[in-house]
Amino acid sequence: MKNLNRLESGGRIDRSKSLSFSFNGKLYYGFEGDTLASAMLANGLHVIARSFKYHRPRGIIGSGVEDPASLIELLEEEASGNNLCTNVKLKEGLKAKSINCWPSVDFDVGAVVQYFAKFVPAGFYYKTFKWPTWHLFEPFIRRAAGLASAPKEPPKKGHFESRNAHTDFLIIGAGPAGLLATLMAARSGAKVFLVDQNTEAGGSLLSLKLNINQKPAMAWVESAVKEIANMSNVTHLQDSTAWAYREHNLVIINEREVENVSIIERSWRVRAKNIIIATGAIERSLVFPNNDRPGVMLASAVLTFVNRYSVKPGDNMVLFTNNDSVYSYIKDLKTAGINILAIVDSRKHIASAVLAEAQNVRVVLNSIIRNVNGYKKVNSVVVQSLVDKELETIPCDLLAHSGGWNPVVHLHSQSRGTIKFNDRIASFVPDQFIQNSISIGACNGTFTLNEIFNETKSLLCGVSAHSKPLVYEGKLECSKQSYSIEALWSIDLSKEKNKAFFDIQNDVTHDDIQLALTEGYSNIEHVKRYTTGGMGFDQGKTGNVNIIGMVAKEQGIDLDDVGTTTFRSPFIPVSFGSINGVREGSVVLPFRHTPITKWNLENGAFMYEAGARWRRPGYFPIGGESFQQAVNRECHAVRTGVGVYDGSPLGKFELKGENVGEFLDLIYTNIISSLEPGNGRYGLMLTDDGLIFDDGVAFRIDKHRWFISTSSGHSDAVYQHMLKILAFDHPEWDVKITNITNQWNNATICGPLARKLLKKLETDIAYDNGSFPFMTFREGHIADIPARIIRVSFTGELSFEINVSPRNMLVLWERIIEEGTEFGILPVGSEASHVLRVEKGFLSLGHEVDGTVDPYDLGMDWLMSKKKLDYIGKRSVHLRRSLGKVRKELVGLLPNNPNDAIPEGAPITPDGKKVATEGFTTACVWSVVNERWVGLALLENGHNRHGEEACVRMKDEIIRAKITKPVFHDSDGKLLRS
Amino acid sequence: MQNYSFLSLARNALTGHKNWQKAWRSPPLKEKYEVVIIGAGGHGLATAYYLAKEFGITDVAVLERGWLGGGNVARNTVTVRSNYLRDQSIPFYVKSVSLYEGLTKNLNFNMMHSKRTMVDVVHNYPKMRDLRRRQLTMDIYNSTYEKISVDRVRQLIPALTGGGAESRLPIIGGMVHKDAGVNRHDAVAWGYARAADALGVEMHQRTAVTSLLRANNGDIHGVETVKGPVKAKKVVVAVSGHTTTITETASLRLPLRTMNLTAFVSEPIKPIVDVIVNCSDLGFYFSQSDKGELVIGGAPDSAQSFRRDIKQHVFEDTVGAMLELFPSFKNLKLLRQWGGHLDITPDASPIMDETNVPGLFVTAGWWGGYKAIPAGGLTMAHHVATNSPHPLMEAFSYNRFKNLDYILETGTTTAR
Amino acid sequence: MLLIHCPFCKNRNETEFVYGGPVGANRPDPNLVSDEEWVDYLTMVPNPMGPVYERWWHARGCDQWFIICRDTVTHEILENPSEEP
Repeated sequence: MKNLNRLESGGRIDRSKSLSFSFNGKLYYGFEGDTLASAMLANGLHVIARSFKYHRPRGIIGSGVEDPASLIELLEEEASGNNLCTNVKLKEGLKAKSINCWPSVDFDVGAVVQYFAKFVPAGFYYKTFKWPTWHLFEPFIRRAAGLASAPKEPPKKGHFESRNAHTDFLIIGAGPAGLLATLMAARSGAKVFLVDQNTEAGGSLLSLKLNINQKPAMAWVESAVKEIANMSNVTHLQDSTAWAYREHNLVIINEREVENVSIIERSWRVRAKNIIIATGAIERSLVFPNNDRPGVMLASAVLTFVNRYSVKPGDNMVLFTNNDSVYSYIKDLKTAGINILAIVDSRKHIASAVLAEAQNVRVVLNSIIRNVNGYKKVNSVVVQSLVDKELETIPCDLLAHSGGWNPVVHLHSQSRGTIKFNDRIASFVPDQFIQNSISIGACNGTFTLNEIFNETKSLLCGVSAHSKPLVYEGKLECSKQSYSIEALWSIDLSKEKNKAFFDIQNDVTHDDIQLALTEGYSNIEHVKRYTTGGMGFDQGKTGNVNIIGMVAKEQGIDLDDVGTTTFRSPFIPVSFGSINGVREGSVVLPFRHTPITKWNLENGAFMYEAGARWRRPGYFPIGGESFQQAVNRECHAVRTGVGVYDGSPLGKFELKGENVGEFLDLIYTNIISSLEPGNGRYGLMLTDDGLIFDDGVAFRIDKHRWFISTSSGHSDAVYQHMLKILAFDHPEWDVKITNITNQWNNATICGPLARKLLKKLETDIAYDNGSFPFMTFREGHIADIPARIIRVSFTGELSFEINVSPRNMLVLWERIIEEGTEFGILPVGSEASHVLRVEKGFLSLGHEVDGTVDPYDLGMDWLMSKKKLDYIGKRSVHLRRSLGKVRKELVGLLPNNPNDAIPEGAPITPDGKKVATEGFTTACVWSVVNERWVGLALLENGHNRHGEEACVRMKDEIIRAKITKPVFHDSDGKLLRS
Repeated sequence: MQNYSFLSLARNALTGHKNWQKAWRSPPLKEKYEVVIIGAGGHGLATAYYLAKEFGITDVAVLERGWLGGGNVARNTVTVRSNYLRDQSIPFYVKSVSLYEGLTKNLNFNMMHSKRTMVDVVHNYPKMRDLRRRQLTMDIYNSTYEKISVDRVRQLIPALTGGGAESRLPIIGGMVHKDAGVNRHDAVAWGYARAADALGVEMHQRTAVTSLLRANNGDIHGVETVKGPVKAKKVVVAVSGHTTTITETASLRLPLRTMNLTAFVSEPIKPIVDVIVNCSDLGFYFSQSDKGELVIGGAPDSAQSFRRDIKQHVFEDTVGAMLELFPSFKNLKLLRQWGGHLDITPDASPIMDETNVPGLFVTAGWWGGYKAIPAGGLTMAHHVATNSPHPLMEAFSYNRFKNLDYILETGTTTAR
Repeated sequence: MLLIHCPFCKNRNETEFVYGGPVGANRPDPNLVSDEEWVDYLTMVPNPMGPVYERWWHARGCDQWFIICRDTVTHEILENPSEEP
């Protein structure tokens, strides 16, 4: 299988492993070690994609993450939207297609837009599409935008993973600087984490044929990699990109080639004592007319394709540069059989040593490329002398250009480090370091191998995270290199008709930037936003600095004063799957279970989350029963016989110490400290700004031991609240709190027959009302199980809350159901519990307590101690009430028509008019004892309006209801005390 | 002001686009103005525009530390809606939504306002009850909210393939808010700036205010800037996130805390979702921009911060929540992420008022203030011009905290 | 994600902690202060650009509350802050 443009030998590909892939439905072949881009070039493919706005043909420009244009969509197993083909590893069977074109990448109807380009300058949409309305145009614009299609399904095979790592040194980049740093750090015994985004280590040395110690530089790379592979203190990842540098030296890495094939990608969170950034540099484009034509490539990319992938991107080549780097490529390019027609250099002079590297290739100094001919492929370039403006056309099929080198300062900038413009290399380089990091090598603006090694050695000497100093003993003699540049942000385009691109992906031209400046969008952020320059998939890695340079030139200021736009994470686009790692399904928000979840499910419970992640039974329908029928049946059992519910999720805390009484008096509104052992009290907790926070019960076990229970939903918040007060307001108090929510489960039996059931279950506790009255607790055994039984009631009926350890919960529950059968016992879900508490007017957090009410509003001011000088919230309740403002107060609602249900949440307005609300319905249920709908509401001035009519305003009707006391069953509480 | 239309575009195309006027001038900074507004973000610019447009006060300078439109208006998720809970809030946001809808025409600048409805995806019954309450209360103020079935939710959001009956968080239904929309945030800033400039308002970029100046009687007297003092009897502070930094220079303390809120966008893809999707139970929301990127927002980081940063764990939680409902997004890529700061009050509702320093006005405490820009600007302008609060802003007074009189809104999007 | 130094458990990830707000004034005796002073205590918190004392709870760790001094601009946690809260 012959590749048209593949060289006979060389390169870092494995010619024994041939791989087939398809592009736009046609089959091609490449080799192991290819990227999709190198394989495409090898097969003579030049038009890869179409551009965003003008649909101009786009070819391969770069050779890695910097490529601004060669976007393709991957299909089937690898399905994913926009991918740079320079960044996609070739795999057997890979399927790719071009994006943003119709019907095909070779013939794209959308390209007609270029003929109207005059009418669609930057920001044209701000000025047009206004009449008659944007909605008319939006669908067309949306369809035209968007590049690739998103995958329709999640990956069919494999999963994502994430890991954490801690290290002394995180070294980012395994080029010459990063590898030397790794050797120095690792040999000192420090823990080292080395990460590099290429498939193999070496960085620039993979493309540049340099010597170290008179041997090929890659031999040094290979021996370094081999050495660190044998060191247990080094973790070395290739094909992995550090894409975010966060606070406290946390770096996020996307690892693509994981040893376990079932892992698609892995995310690493690496926390390092020291971070050494050695991310290299990216070649900058030059800006000249038609610089987007397929066949116009970055010079470094051409070299990489030749040396690393053994691919010849063209036969007859012209080079265009403003710096020295391309001269060192000549030997390799010639060896590959490329005919180099000319080096066009915008500079007046170059050093003689540099000129010598040109090896007799024609060097045209003080000249530029004026134009590029050819639509889908370069066929000639027009060279212009800057002296006499003479034009010369040179036929060629490849134009390689280099506008200099941009140090990859992205991670440094993300770390909040500052950057400054360096005139010598005409680039931004790191200035101040904010976190514990340094930049070395090309990303620090150091471009020659000798200097890189020297800089690495000297900068690492100063790093002192590890006890041993970092030194490099061996010698490192390198090939001679030199570098100089004269900035050229753009050639003179003042009378130019052809488009010259600053952002090749988003089709941002010289004219667009001019227009932005003409209209006063002069800040670099305005230019970026107005033109969309640098906002594409590549985030402007090759073009942004040219935009900054041009703005500086136009405004006559320094580049430092123009500044850069923000370098934001991610450095390269990363999949959401890898960011997410293993958070999937039940791991996203784990359920909290009680020991009888399984029993509930087996007994037909309709389960759902009932706040605070507890999975609870809503109701237990039998046969084809409706929701209401099931709930009525359960309520009926409690009101007339006996029911049982699982109260385990209630928050439970045991408090121990000499000052618990004082402490409880501070956090509850009423006096708790006066309780005798064995007795308890219902209490309210407020926030210090005087709003109800939680309600629950507090019991005294003995002199210094107490326990309290809180609502399920707020138990975590109450725990936090209590510990915070103890830590900061009363560190002197002796109070120890143990969260026993999960240590005690409870089954609560309730209903007039509860005591009979208790008898049948057999207990050693005296349970007659005299010896075990309401609001007391007893410890003993029930059904031979150690238990703590509490007489509280959230249903209004005689009720025993039987607390046992979790391992006994299911046993107890099943015994209760078994023994209760003769009394018609039913399990009660949270829906029936809701009905029962509404009938009693007991408050519920989230319904009546919506974060705005105080105890007075709920008619619970009797719980606010007048004797206590202080408790949390006291001062604020009184302060707020002292204004005499009308408050919304808790009332009952009896719909005039007993069969009218009021939707919970429905607003009440004066006379049902369409005006501001005066209250709202907090709850409304079918009351089994009253055989009608009953509701609760918070209503302005409600306590004084009993007997009046409230009007619930619905969209199309008004529901009228009588305002009553908020209690519909056993108003004097005889039953619960029975 | 130069007219923008197809026609003017065509005319300018023929002259090479050389004749477009500047969107705003860059006049020299004067010594004195009738009103100084600190901050050329959304609220500052809108206040300036309405001062000139509605109240004829044109001797106004907007002083901006950085670049015009570089406030939170430059970094948000552009969701405009009015599905609030309380009587104090709903009419304010209803007004804001309606002003947004007319903004393109009134400012002669295409805001690309896309009234594309928001769908709340609901997973639990208490939430549904809360939204029902909103629905009926909103109806009083003509804001529309409708309950829809699970099937309808999936019809409106075809990519929503998670949340099935057997999943951790089954979807139980949804609410549709037809008034909601998205638009182009830069256009809002630029459109207001350009229109205000045309009416005579001056915009001064790179003109950081270093302190507030008070006269001997305590009244506001002007501001000190990096370019020298500027006198004004009325000063409006509209610098979300940095309000206390400014007001403390006048010895004024405000109940505000600055914190960080982040958002992110995906790579651009062909249209995949036509509505704004809000999953508040899971803590994320998103819409697709006209450019094709999914614009995604999540929960704020509660810790105090003046750093525009990404909290990795908060970000990962948001992504995890999104993938739970949209598993096909696993192979979608993150393109860009950013953070902004906002200052938050004890009740999380804004403060728009004259402070107890006479002549010093603040508009602060915005959490989701983007949607409030037009109404916020209009009512602030009213207050500054007439010395009495606009009826729609009365509830958001500075003095409500003196009485602990909170306006508690629990948000429908995670970030309100 | 901060790396927070818990006085009991040493350096741990922020995900283990719950933020408890900046350290404001101590809770005054509500019977000895004016309304204004009381409201001030409830609503005003330090909001500096720079170091601020704040409370954190090691909720998924040792359960202890403690105070750190953190710079709100750099997020740096200062080991030896110049003054006490």
